[in-house]
Amino acid sequence: MTTIAGQRRRLALSRFWTQFRHDRAGMTGLIILGIFILTAILAPILISPDALDVTQAEGDRFDPPSLAYPLGTDESGRSILLLLAWGTRISLTVGLAATIISMVIGTAVGIMAGHFRGVGSHALVGVTDWFLVIPFLPLAIVLATVLGPSTLNLIIVIGITSWAGTARLIRAQTMSIEGRPYIERSRALGAGNWHQMTRHVLPNVFPLVLANTTLTVAIVILSETTLSFLGLGDPLAPSWGAILDRAFSTGAVSQGAWWYVLPPGICVVLVVLAFTLVGRAMERIVDPRGSTA
Amino acid sequence: MSLLQEVAVGEPDPIRTPRVSGSTLRVVVSKVVRAIITLAFVVVFNFFLFRMLPGDPIGLYTRGRNQDAEQIAQLRRDLNKPLWEQFITYISNPFDPGIDSTRFSRPVWELIGERIWPTILLLGTAIVLASIIGIWLGIRAGWKPGGRFDKVSTGTTLTLYSMPEFWLGMMLLIVFGVGAFGIPGFFPVGGISTPGVDTSSPAGWLNVLWHLVLPCTTLLLIYLADYALVMRASLIDERKQEYLMLARAKGLRDAMVRKKHAVPNALLPTITLIFLSLGFVVTGAITVETVYSWPGLGLLTYEALRGPDIPLLQAVFLVFSIAVVGANLIAELLYIVIDPRVRQ
Amino acid sequence: MSLLEFRDVSVDYGDIPAVRGVTLNIERGEVLGIAGESGCGKSTLAATVLRLLPDSARVGGAVILDDQDVLTMTWGRLRAVRWADAAIVFQGALHGLNPVQAIGKQLAEPIRLHKTATDVDARVAELLTQVGLPPSRARAFPHELSGGQRQRVMIAMALACAPDLIIADEPTTALDVMVQAQVLDLLTSLVRELNMGMVLISHDLGVLGTTCDRIAVMYAGRIVETGPALDIFDDPRHPYTRALAGAFPRIGDDAARYAPVGLPGDPPYAGDLPSGCTFHPRCPEVMPECATTTVELRPAGPGRAAACLRVLP
Repeated sequence: MTTIAGQRRRLALSRFWTQFRHDRAGMTGLIILGIFILTAILAPILISPDALDVTQAEGDRFDPPSLAYPLGTDESGRSILLLLAWGTRISLTVGLAATIISMVIGTAVGIMAGHFRGVGSHALVGVTDWFLVIPFLPLAIVLATVLGPSTLNLIIVIGITSWAGTARLIRAQTMSIEGRPYIERSRALGAGNWHQMTRHVLPNVFPLVLANTTLTVAIVILSETTLSFLGLGDPLAPSWGAILDRAFSTGAVSQGAWWYVLPPGICVVLVVLAFTLVGRAMERIVDPRGSTA
Repeated sequence: MSLLQEVAVGEPDPIRTPRVSGSTLRVVVSKVVRAIITLAFVVVFNFFLFRMLPGDPIGLYTRGRNQDAEQIAQLRRDLNKPLWEQFITYISNPFDPGIDSTRFSRPVWELIGERIWPTILLLGTAIVLASIIGIWLGIRAGWKPGGRFDKVSTGTTLTLYSMPEFWLGMMLLIVFGVGAFGIPGFFPVGGISTPGVDTSSPAGWLNVLWHLVLPCTTLLLIYLADYALVMRASLIDERKQEYLMLARAKGLRDAMVRKKHAVPNALLPTITLIFLSLGFVVTGAITVETVYSWPGLGLLTYEALRGPDIPLLQAVFLVFSIAVVGANLIAELLYIVIDPRVRQ
Repeated sequence: MSLLEFRDVSVDYGDIPAVRGVTLNIERGEVLGIAGESGCGKSTLAATVLRLLPDSARVGGAVILDDQDVLTMTWGRLRAVRWADAAIVFQGALHGLNPVQAIGKQLAEPIRLHKTATDVDARVAELLTQVGLPPSRARAFPHELSGGQRQRVMIAMALACAPDLIIADEPTTALDVMVQAQVLDLLTSLVRELNMGMVLISHDLGVLGTTCDRIAVMYAGRIVETGPALDIFDDPRHPYTRALAGAFPRIGDDAARYAPVGLPGDPPYAGDLPSGCTFHPRCPEVMPECATTTVELRPAGPGRAAACLRVLP
């Protein structure tokens, strides 16, 4: 795009990156994320799917870490290290997919609730508030139980239960943007609702949406881990939460098999922390005076 | 409040400067009405969710369980009644003691009555301790942001906040319950008391307390991370206010300015936010009770979803919603009481 | 011995000079006005009197209050001096007062701290009466008072420990004209009555002209003109003062209505000050030498001084 708006956006993007580069916490988070994403991408190439196959497992049950199995073995003798690597794919994929659903719904509802006045907007706000008040896990459990255990259903459930926080934020931001004079001018010039929302509001809320997305992924991954631990995900997919579920159900705890429990949790902590650091760094750049704080 | 808190805590707008037009009583009544409507929607949601989905509803009720023909026939008869009739039956009394758990074959509300006290004990202790410690941490970190204490404390709380609470529970259980890394297992590995111990005697109480330590510590660590982050953000906001400069100009020592002016003002939104985060607290309770086999509502939920025991799940969902909506209501009303700007 | 003396005071925030070498005296019973646009450093200068600047600020020179240098005092001595020897009247905006404490409690606080009265409640009632507020208002909260009333509370607060010096930083800026007049009258009559000294800071030369004995005009961290208030207002010698004075139309002066005097450009950014006379880029009477010669205050008449090359005694 050679339009002025396009040029300005590219300039804004490069300025954003320069600022981000200097944020130590943010960069640390980004590097950690990079390592995990790389693992997720390379896993199918470097590790054969046999690593997941219970019938192909060669190790002893609940073996502590050794040279052959750096992170020990699970109850079926599989290498935990390899399980973890595969789990990275699932946890990250579910995290990303559910976040996209959550952000799309949340942003759409937020912009519409902020833009329109009247009954429709009130209804949207009411629905948003309902989802905000109702406790997440009981609601997710109820939904997941009804839908059945599968990865897709997990993504849907998390998406449905996570969008409200974003919606509230975006709505507040939309209302503040719409108070600005150039929106009035565009309305006077005949801009319709759709045009105003997509051409004016959306580009302006976008930086906030981006920062919020990153923080949302952190929450979503924690949610997925929790739901998988409770057995609500696909039982065959070894996401980190599912690994912890199996560890718990097969008595790893009473066996003292810490190598089964510690690594998946550390992975979750690292990834969630990484997204949090990146998100907070973005927030600092996009909103330095903390107007949303 | 940073986006992190907003997204994570995810509650409706905590009241900062509400507009109160007209009498306070009218405001209170309207908030109570809103709370009731919210709960009404939970009941409606409960009803429709399980009945509006594709597939054989009988399958949902009997999935994974064997039920004899008589029970299945009765179920089919109940489910074949017109939808509106079933609806009226349900909403007229969701607390009907006749509703039986399919897994335990006892009334659901009886089960809930039994299991609620261990949960209150566990959560209550954890919340109180976490509030005290978390607020203290948040104050020290927030008064001198960027300082050494702040860096260490914020780093620690962020890490704790990123942890799945059940994982922390499992690790604590392995290290301190079973024994690992050279540390002998000292605490019990689950349950609320050692079987055979009389829990109504003082010795019994000690036994319960001993069982309480690990699960409570797990929850405590997670909750205090949340509270510390909130208090810190609140105090950092408050530090920017001009009246603090006035307090300094009067000759007050820094500690006095903090104790008498900044902290009391920063505590107002923090306390409401603590109430508002009950939803987060409840989530932690469910998984941690599961890990420690703590016989409370959380474990009951886990057992219910293993079935799946639909009536029990509905009831538990309703209970948790009531608790959280109730806490939200208390938070809103409390703010009216403690902030003179809002009182009329 | 002057009540307050600024001796070559300078304040820097890192590389950025906010105040550059200010020397000024205030005597007991005198009202000194400091005029200037926002950002010229007048509030920063005022903050040095009680050492209220943030730790990142570097302060040079000396600020002598009652024969002691505030800048080198110990913390303990400073806390005792604060409010008891000199007090500040801040702007009475809603957040200038603690919003969740009753104003009586806030008034009582410095009294208790400095132990300047045995019957604190009586003293609080006395203060409120002095500023024209009913003593029953002591139980009110700041948001229950009007802007003018809050400003009066700020004045009462400043008087609480009977200081020798009051610094009023833009005390009337947020108020409408009628209330402004009342507040100014109150301030000046109290100062005369109690024989205190007062420094009145404002960007409004009209306000200063009528209430002060002397005026010092600040620009970009420096004093550019001093003199008796009426002389400055009627016959400004520095081109900047002329622009400031001309910016306020006078009622009854028809010519002023038709000849608006504005000042082109913006105040200079403190991190990048012009060479020579800092005002020269905006000066309507600029000469070539103005860009290259630093100008000090030079005598410009009896009791007057101005920092301008064009000024001859």
